[in-house]
Amino acid sequence: MMRTCFFEPIGRFFSKHIESAGRMFLFFASGIRQIFVTPFQAGKVLDQILFIGARSFFVILLTGIFTGMVLGLQGYYTLVTFGSEAVLGAAVALTLIRELGPVLTAIMITARAGSAMTAEIGVMRMSEQIDALFTMHINPVRFVFTPRIVAAIISFPLLTALFDVVGILGGYLSGSLLLGINETLYMDKVIQSVNIADIWGGFFKSVVFALVVITVCSYRGYYSHLNRQGEFGAKGVSLATTRAVVQSCVCILICDYVITSFLV
Amino acid sequence: MTTPFIEFKDVKKRFGSQEVLRGVNLSIPKGCITAVIGKSGTGKSVLLKHIAGLVKEDFGQVLIQGEPLNHLPGEKALALKKTMSYMFQDNALFDFLTVFDNIALPLSETSRMSKMQIKKKVHTRMSQLSIEGIDQKYPSELSGGMRKRVALARALVTDPEIILFDEPTTGLDPVRKNNVHHMIRQYQKKFGFTAVIVSHDIPDIFDLAQHIALLDEGVIIFEGTGQEILHSKTGKVHAFIQGKDYFV
Repeated sequence: MMRTCFFEPIGRFFSKHIESAGRMFLFFASGIRQIFVTPFQAGKVLDQILFIGARSFFVILLTGIFTGMVLGLQGYYTLVTFGSEAVLGAAVALTLIRELGPVLTAIMITARAGSAMTAEIGVMRMSEQIDALFTMHINPVRFVFTPRIVAAIISFPLLTALFDVVGILGGYLSGSLLLGINETLYMDKVIQSVNIADIWGGFFKSVVFALVVITVCSYRGYYSHLNRQGEFGAKGVSLATTRAVVQSCVCILICDYVITSFLV
Repeated sequence: MTTPFIEFKDVKKRFGSQEVLRGVNLSIPKGCITAVIGKSGTGKSVLLKHIAGLVKEDFGQVLIQGEPLNHLPGEKALALKKTMSYMFQDNALFDFLTVFDNIALPLSETSRMSKMQIKKKVHTRMSQLSIEGIDQKYPSELSGGMRKRVALARALVTDPEIILFDEPTTGLDPVRKNNVHHMIRQYQKKFGFTAVIVSHDIPDIFDLAQHIALLDEGVIIFEGTGQEILHSKTGKVHAFIQGKDYFV
């Protein structure tokens, strides 16, 4: 009987993950390179903007307004104990623009569009549509990934801006209209506290999250036939989708910490 | 002696611990229909995918018109691959594209033809395959036979020299199966392409193909015509044709 070394499974684990990370990087690099290859895929990009951006509008609107309202509510009761409820507008605006806006927008898009993207590309893989592209000499990465990444780079910051604006409005609804903070004071604090660096920082985060979410979700679908459990077909696609959503969310939070540590 | 159009020279392929092809030697002549038959799981589709360049051999060589496909520099390999089309078992049509866009896809994505030229060519192929009037339908709205014809139209739209068919009649009833065979025969005569078909339709495939190759446990154990295989006295070949297991 062959003896296995204690380090063998550990080595196998790491080599598998390093291989997967390398494959994901090459997938990403190839997709980014294809953005600059003519002819540009304007029609497909517009389709994806409609799917990732426009169709996420109401989800972002709802999430944004209720996040802002909760922040207003919680912020008020916390600040009032210190007699500082006047700065509620600043607290809500800065929390949303710097942190919650980009992070929650990215997570909501992952849940709505990212999961659908993984499932769609996964089904394309399982039904040999990706192989069909290859046999037609069409670059599959350019066809399935590049329009999505361009659309995400455009859509994520716009949806983040929407989230921030309706979130601030939500804070105003709960803080001023329900709890009685002076309306002018609330808006004045918002305008005074937020500077352009905060807004650019939030947009920078949203672009990074766009790259992360679309790469992870597209990659998981594209390589759904290579999953570790060896599951194929419908189960393979469902596993890929679950993994894409979980990994995207974890990556968003890790990237958020890293970017924030450089921005503050 | 003439060079075979497609040639496998001692091709071996392994997936993990499973050796699928164990030294395939096969010559496919130009301008005729070659059928690759064999039991399920013996590597027929893998063999076909080697020709299309979807899978690379671990050992040996696959030569297309005398050129080693998987070892050619980028542009030369692309030029060679452009002479091929592949018709997948389940058609591999794009659900989110209309029939017209599915057929036009290889032209709209890879050629410099104008929209008018593409439209004309797609409609010509659609009319040749009797699928006019369904341009704006989606694949999910079509019957199995119609989808096969759309897939064939897509395969033919680039005027390929080689068409690879992976079990084109799987899941079809006998009438539709005969229709697909008739369609392949008719269009092969009309366009003169070289066809390689992976099939389980025995004995029907012997009437369609001029050249038969039997793959068994990763090696070709028979090459010849339909009549030759039907009259073969070799134990394994005879047992396979009779639909029996072969025991030594």
